[in-house]
Amino acid sequence: MKNCYDLIVIGGGPAGLAAALSAYENGLTDILILERDQVPGGILNQCIHNGFGLHHFKEELTGPEYAGRFIDQLEGTSIELLCDCMVLEITDEKVIHAVSPKTGYLALEAKSIVLAMGCRERTRGAISIPGTRPAGVLTAGAAQRYVNIEGYMVGKKVVILGSGDIGLIMARRMTLEGAKVLACVEVMPYSGGLTRNIVQCLNDFDIPLYLSHTITEIRGKNRVEGVTVSQVDANRQPIPGTEIEFDCDTVLLSVGLIPENELSRQAGVPLDFRTNGPKVDENLQTEIEGIFACGNVLHVHDLVDYVSDESARAGKAAAAYVKGETAVGDYWNITAGDNLGYTVPQRVHRAADGVQIFFRVRRIFANSVIEVTCGDQLLAKFRREHMAPGEMERINIPKALLAKADGDITVTAKEA
Amino acid sequence: MKQIICIGCPKGCHVQIDETTYECVGNACPRGAEYAKNELTDPRRTLTSTVVIEGAAIRRCPVKSDRPLPKAMVQDAAKALDEVRIEAPVNVGDVIVENILGTGCNIICARNIAKA
Ligand code: SF4
Repeated sequence: MKNCYDLIVIGGGPAGLAAALSAYENGLTDILILERDQVPGGILNQCIHNGFGLHHFKEELTGPEYAGRFIDQLEGTSIELLCDCMVLEITDEKVIHAVSPKTGYLALEAKSIVLAMGCRERTRGAISIPGTRPAGVLTAGAAQRYVNIEGYMVGKKVVILGSGDIGLIMARRMTLEGAKVLACVEVMPYSGGLTRNIVQCLNDFDIPLYLSHTITEIRGKNRVEGVTVSQVDANRQPIPGTEIEFDCDTVLLSVGLIPENELSRQAGVPLDFRTNGPKVDENLQTEIEGIFACGNVLHVHDLVDYVSDESARAGKAAAAYVKGETAVGDYWNITAGDNLGYTVPQRVHRAADGVQIFFRVRRIFANSVIEVTCGDQLLAKFRREHMAPGEMERINIPKALLAKADGDITVTAKEA
Repeated sequence: MKQIICIGCPKGCHVQIDETTYECVGNACPRGAEYAKNELTDPRRTLTSTVVIEGAAIRRCPVKSDRPLPKAMVQDAAKALDEVRIEAPVNVGDVIVENILGTGCNIICARNIAKA
């Protein structure tokens, strides 16, 4: 195996695959993907439900099918893929230290790097549920892997905490495999998942959704025996007297995802505390030249289609960087103003060919406007009929409008 | 008027449908009207599940119905798949169960899995 590449992509999930393929299409031939699992495809391999690809392929695919389309495209390219390979460290000099049973220890040099490590689930520890510590408390994604790939059923009577999409999907999946899902419990007054998933995963199977409720106790010695669910007030504090008891043997947690940035941090890539991902510019380049980031390691997405698009841009930008064609010059910062949780990118070259900005709002909006301002100057305005924290928004600022900016840019959302 | 939430895409439009004329408002695209009408007359869902696979590096093969099944039969069809055993290699699109439970829908393979 060589020890120097034009581009090394860390992660062979949807983001890594799309980035590598796009870099290849844009003229790089010397590309290596490092994947820690036995096979490429990442989390899509266990997402056996459909609904993927409506934007990208204009048809509805399951996760494995969606991944398969990208994996098939590797065939006939010069892109190298090394699976079963764990990256241990990335240095700011772009040296990658990794191990794999096949190759042993590797120290690889890269002219450019795309970070595509994805994200992981928040666990019980991250949300501190009181009670005992029995078996039977799993993250929804772990349960999904057990059921869909390993072929183990994880429980018979299930309560799901959190109404994120993975939790909703697992409510249906467990039901189809013969379990009884007693309730889905969400601390917020609205669901964190897509409406279609509430309909087809909960309503279709008469699974009740308890909004503004949370689990206040888990009982059981060896195995979960039951949970207490309480209503919460506007400050998310449990209201005494509202307790509901459920006899269940399993609790699945769908309480959020965290971009997996240990490697980025080690490399000295500055992170944004709001996204938990690297700070990037319009080309998805981090603040270390030649290191790019895309997909869920950058910010958590709702749709893989958007991950693929974003990652293709990162791959293209990495190719441009290796060819010495990267944009240079000064930046404007892009700030998340009123009602926005974050923006990606966090800064843009002043002379950029426009910029696509992704963000999430902090609460639900009916008729609303998104305003892009620079000081007192309104650069652009976008109308939306509906916005929710569970749905990532994106806006395009064309070059002509961006050129009008004479300082840092702020994006805000408000009622129309 | 009945309200039906379209599951055609992640937008999730709230479609108002007249139960006699099937006239719709609130759908952002024509598929919403078609979906809402079907929900009233013949609700269907695509089934995705897994079957046991032998001779492969993994133990389960993802499968799906090649077209939507009558909603009322989805759970029975999933149960019927419990008994199915297949042998690697398989490819996307291979028919795993033909005409499941007489619905006219086939269960097809959703992942390329090589022989281990
Ligand atoms: S009506 Fe069209 S846009 Fe609206 S949810 Fe259905 S398919 Fe999507």
